[in-house]
Amino acid sequence: MSDDRKKDIDDLSGVETTGHEWDGLKELNNPLPRWWVWVFIACCVWSFWYFVAYPAWPVPGGATKGTLGYTQYKELKASQDEILLRQQAYIENFEKSSFDEILKDPALYAFANAGGAAAFKENCAQCHGSGAEGGKAYPNLNDDDWLWGGRVDDIYTTLQHGIRVQNDYDTRQSQMPAFGKDGLLKRKEIEQVVDYVLNLPQDGGAADTEVNTGAGYTIFQENCASCHGADGKGMRDFGAPNLTDKIWLYGGTRAEVFETVYNARAGVMPAWKARLDDNTLRQLAIYVHQLGGGEANEVTPEPVIAPTETDADSNTAPDTPTETPEEIGHEQ
Amino acid sequence: MTASERDAPDYNYDIARYFTLATCFWGVVGMLVGLLIALQMAFPVLNIEPYLTFGRLRPLHTSAVIFAFGGNALFATSYYVVQRTCHVRLWGDKLSSFTFWGYQAFIVMAGLGYVFGVTQAKEYAEPEWYADLWLTIVWVAYLVVFMMTIVKRKEPHLYVANWFFLAFIITVAVLHIGNNLHIPVDFLSAKSYSVPAGVQSAMIQWWYGHNAVGFFLTAGFLGMMYYFVPKRAERPVYSYRLSIVHFWSLIFIYIWAGPHHLHYTALPDWAQTLGMTFSIMLWMPSWGGMINGMMTLSGAWHKLRKDPVLQFMIVSLAFYGMSTFEGPLMSIRAVNALSHYTDWTIGHVHSGALGWVGFITFGCLYYLVPKLWNREEVYSLKLVSLHLWIATLGIVLYITAMWVSGIMQGLMWRSYNELGFLTYSFVETVAAMHPYYIIRALGGLLYLSGSLIMCYNFYRTIKGDVAVGEFDKDGNPRLPVTAQ
Repeated sequence: MSDDRKKDIDDLSGVETTGHEWDGLKELNNPLPRWWVWVFIACCVWSFWYFVAYPAWPVPGGATKGTLGYTQYKELKASQDEILLRQQAYIENFEKSSFDEILKDPALYAFANAGGAAAFKENCAQCHGSGAEGGKAYPNLNDDDWLWGGRVDDIYTTLQHGIRVQNDYDTRQSQMPAFGKDGLLKRKEIEQVVDYVLNLPQDGGAADTEVNTGAGYTIFQENCASCHGADGKGMRDFGAPNLTDKIWLYGGTRAEVFETVYNARAGVMPAWKARLDDNTLRQLAIYVHQLGGGEANEVTPEPVIAPTETDADSNTAPDTPTETPEEIGHEQ
Repeated sequence: MTASERDAPDYNYDIARYFTLATCFWGVVGMLVGLLIALQMAFPVLNIEPYLTFGRLRPLHTSAVIFAFGGNALFATSYYVVQRTCHVRLWGDKLSSFTFWGYQAFIVMAGLGYVFGVTQAKEYAEPEWYADLWLTIVWVAYLVVFMMTIVKRKEPHLYVANWFFLAFIITVAVLHIGNNLHIPVDFLSAKSYSVPAGVQSAMIQWWYGHNAVGFFLTAGFLGMMYYFVPKRAERPVYSYRLSIVHFWSLIFIYIWAGPHHLHYTALPDWAQTLGMTFSIMLWMPSWGGMINGMMTLSGAWHKLRKDPVLQFMIVSLAFYGMSTFEGPLMSIRAVNALSHYTDWTIGHVHSGALGWVGFITFGCLYYLVPKLWNREEVYSLKLVSLHLWIATLGIVLYITAMWVSGIMQGLMWRSYNELGFLTYSFVETVAAMHPYYIIRALGGLLYLSGSLIMCYNFYRTIKGDVAVGEFDKDGNPRLPVTAQ
């Protein structure tokens, strides 16, 4: 270190040491590597430039603003604007078009489906599944079985107000009685009506007259038919499911159906109006409508999907072409 | 060396032995839990409710590897180094013994708390107030033992390793107290609430969190490096001047860098800027330690060829250099916009933790264990070499998997299609990461296996065995020994 002391030189490198030794360890007195010093200085210079250009130092009443006028809110706005710019070509038209008009305009229709698909994955897939395939207690949206209606408008209403949402007067509301728990029917009677329901002709098959004579038949007509219909094909006004289509929201085994009748079910869906903007809701309605089982709006001649029509038969009432499309009539 | 060995004081090796064994034990425990939670990420069915869920085991893993494995390693090496370089027995036999049992008690207290759901929910500061108070007592005792040994030293100057150890001990005390200003709900309740709230609490948390990395995992382990690398290489430290400049610049700059954990949050822009710029300025001070460690081998690089212990140390410095470059890079706001909240961060942490902290610890322990138990060398340097390669392969699998999955995750999150809608949902990014999670778990398994090999090697070393067909670090054959 100091020149007045005898210099201690490391043999191997020929470099002077500091002259100290700890437990046999010494230190060479090599200078700082030049490149290290220069990179360090460069990092500091860059940082000082950054202090000038960006908000950096707290001062009384706030902080230095920086010469570039940067804030993270401006940066957020800029990147959002960039994305919204891509939507701008469509959004105005989309907002002023009715569902029918959108369905007939390929560009708008594609736009709506793209938006609906994105929103569906973020908001709906958690319950309905990423392929909208549903699960126990969560309806499959790919089929044409609709509890509350499958026209775009119906889906839009369901999306807006949800199902059994408290404090939303327009929500889809109905409540099946808990026949067992509330003592409306005896256990034996529930077993009889469950047997009856499970023996209902499925997929529009001919009614089995012998079935329509037992105790189950009587119980069904007295307790269930007011909502599910005399033939068990359901009623959308009450969100009462069709019991003859082999689709069981809560399972179709004897035990599961018994449980349903005994305790009743009352699934809920959120009212999305409070959470998503109207454009997103409309896009979602269109997206869900096209998934597989959407029903035609108004006078469109051909329903969106037809195949099941062929085996629809006899006891189906003829469709009323204008008002309610084949809902109670066919299985859906 | 010979001169100082002759009149060597009666060093307290017992305390270093205890901490060394605890390091090995907690290392295996922490890595095992790490492997389990890595597998839980890939296969959620492995979450066993309520005690063994990811949410509870994750802090168990981080605390076990950082504070139990890393902490015990720091105690062991600092107690060894400070007495050797001060040429005096460690001050306070009873108090140092208390730091051992007290620290193990803290670990158990904290770990049990996590499993039973007791947590402050602050990252790396999860233990609740009762464990924090206990740790404060233990830590002050540590500081007293260390300081008193320095005060009683027989050497006129203080060796560089001790600067780093001292900076680590003092700063960790300040950080620990600062971030744990909590008020218990009542004295019979494990629950407490933070005194600062909201963004102030977040800022203090990351001032703590980042400096836990800076002073626990960097300064402390640089202290280890500054003693054991020149010792093993039998060379002087490369540059005294560099050690001074990088020491002071490191501790001055590190303490500011925390806000880079809070980019694009409620933290004001100016604080983010300071966190980011100080992280950039921190790059060279961090690299000073790497240069000084690696260049210590200058003129003696041939030693690296035959000595796997030295290889461990040098590879650790390479990982140190890599992760202290990656850190400043990720602190840049624009890069952070992509990397934040993704697996890239996890990969970055592990290149530092597995590569630097783990490897420098293994290297030091391989030097230390034969010294503490009075053996010439470990049982088998070939097993050390095997450990090195298995663990390196493990790290490479781990960090490359996390780079790929992290960057992919970040890109998927920000991806918009041409119509201006999000391309992917969150759950799709989770599904896409599945294969990388399996690769990561495989990397962890390899790393854990390496540690088990090390434990076996130490067991045989302590027994006094020498494996068949062994060479010493200079390449000379050793005679096999089997103690019975």
